[in-house]
Amino acid sequence: MAEEECNDTDLSEKQKKEIAKWFLLNSPAGEIQYVAQDLRSVLNDDKVYEEAALEAFPLYNKSHLICLELPYRSGDVLLTSYNELNGNEFLDPRTAQVAMVDHVKQVCTEVRPAADEELASPYVEDFRCALDAEILKYVGEAYPKGFCSVYCDKGKDMEGPGSDFEFVIVISAAKNSPQNFCNGSWRSIWNVEFKDDVQMLEVKGKLQVVAHYFEEGNVQLDAEHECKDATMFQAPDDCAVSIANIIRHHEAEYLASLEASYSNLPDTTFKDLRRKLPVTRTLFPWHNTLQFSLTKDIQNELGIGK
Amino acid sequence: MEAAMGLMRRIHPKQSETALSALLSLLPRHSSDLLSQVDLPLQVLCDVDCGKEFILCEYNRDADSYRSPWSNKYHPALEDAPYPSSELRKLEAEANEIFAIYRDQYYEGGISSVYMWEDDNEGFVACFLIKKDGSKTGQGRRGYLQEGAWDAIHVIEVGPEEEGTAHYCLTSTVMLSLTTNNQSSGTFSLSGSIRRQMNMDLSVADGHLCNMGRMIEEMEGKLRNSLDQVYFGKTKEMVCTLRPPAEIIMRLPDC
Repeated sequence: MAEEECNDTDLSEKQKKEIAKWFLLNSPAGEIQYVAQDLRSVLNDDKVYEEAALEAFPLYNKSHLICLELPYRSGDVLLTSYNELNGNEFLDPRTAQVAMVDHVKQVCTEVRPAADEELASPYVEDFRCALDAEILKYVGEAYPKGFCSVYCDKGKDMEGPGSDFEFVIVISAAKNSPQNFCNGSWRSIWNVEFKDDVQMLEVKGKLQVVAHYFEEGNVQLDAEHECKDATMFQAPDDCAVSIANIIRHHEAEYLASLEASYSNLPDTTFKDLRRKLPVTRTLFPWHNTLQFSLTKDIQNELGIGK
Repeated sequence: MEAAMGLMRRIHPKQSETALSALLSLLPRHSSDLLSQVDLPLQVLCDVDCGKEFILCEYNRDADSYRSPWSNKYHPALEDAPYPSSELRKLEAEANEIFAIYRDQYYEGGISSVYMWEDDNEGFVACFLIKKDGSKTGQGRRGYLQEGAWDAIHVIEVGPEEEGTAHYCLTSTVMLSLTTNNQSSGTFSLSGSIRRQMNMDLSVADGHLCNMGRMIEEMEGKLRNSLDQVYFGKTKEMVCTLRPPAEIIMRLPDC
């Protein structure tokens, strides 16, 4: 992103648009609408803002795995790059519907049934559906307010055994408490490769947690973890249970390691930045100038404090 | 301007430099406000005369040169530049020596600088700065941090002495970031910035340095604890709200 010297010429529209896009894309989880408001004010150019928003919002929504309600309370749809059919159409395989969304307003405007060619073949759908049910159960237990979906990323038209296919499991949980100055989100993306020749499933997960607390300050957590596992290629229901167990296990382990990182903070990691107290375990003796000269002499002799 | 500050509060602390330069280009008329209200990680120069590093800030800058607190010279050299009075410079030099020891005791490394200058009210202003790189490639003693930075800026306005006491107004900003990275738990990164103020009326019997030093020490302690318990604690709470640990799941009501 361009570093601008402010001189006599104003920024070009293109430059303003790029800056606007940058702010929108880098909004913390759950805060893009607030950023948008402030940005409009600063930009003072609605035309540029709207152009930037049209480009930035879809990218933000997909990267944050935003979840929108489907009309007629028929369910929810996640916005991801895996179920995107075209710019603003997203597939929800669970209800076999396609949702049309307005990215900037972050709402679902219309919904229609999915066409056959948009869905997976019956063979693949068996596996997908069983997995979806297990994941739904897991997410319901583990996340107070989580959303999930299973998409077929490769090989959706495979007719029967002897072929490979790949699923992507997306789990997205967000908690927005702007009144408490705190927002956060948990995103899991699990890739499952069904390898027919070796009769194995390779599972790869990417977990991302972010949190933002901004009451009289601005503190953000950014944590990320990748993991791998494998299991046997079995019947759809058995695969589903195995995969869900793998996910449950790794995610619980990750949460525990996050908690450990936090409990290490006060006495170990933070200490590398600044101790709570000097080694003497007393406050610094500001009034004692004699001690200073002594300390200085000692430091000079020992060659420290340089 | 309020909207600009709102944006700065939301953008990730690690991206504040990019955000500030973007805002400066969008709002050139507000540049002095923006520069004075937004804190960025501190930069450092080496004083070639004595081989020591010093911290750069608005308070030791004139045009594009910066005054070293060790040699009192501008780098690069500058004609007609402002200097503190010789009395104040004595205090400033002593402050630098003592603050360096304080810094070493708490930070086990790092760089510090103190700058003083007279203000219009017969008092003076002092700026104490600390920069610490706590990463294992920097000066992190225990090697926990992949990346770690602590930048502290303390600006104290000291009022004129009246009947043996003086008024001190301290505004402190701490910016920090730390990242741990290992095989089993991936990357864990916390960054933040907070600013607080403290006002005190103190007897000058022990001297200005002592008073200012104590205030800074108290403030830094409070900020460190606040960051650790409140700020980091809140983000931890958020994580546990998103996905509670297993033991808690059993007890959660359906929501």
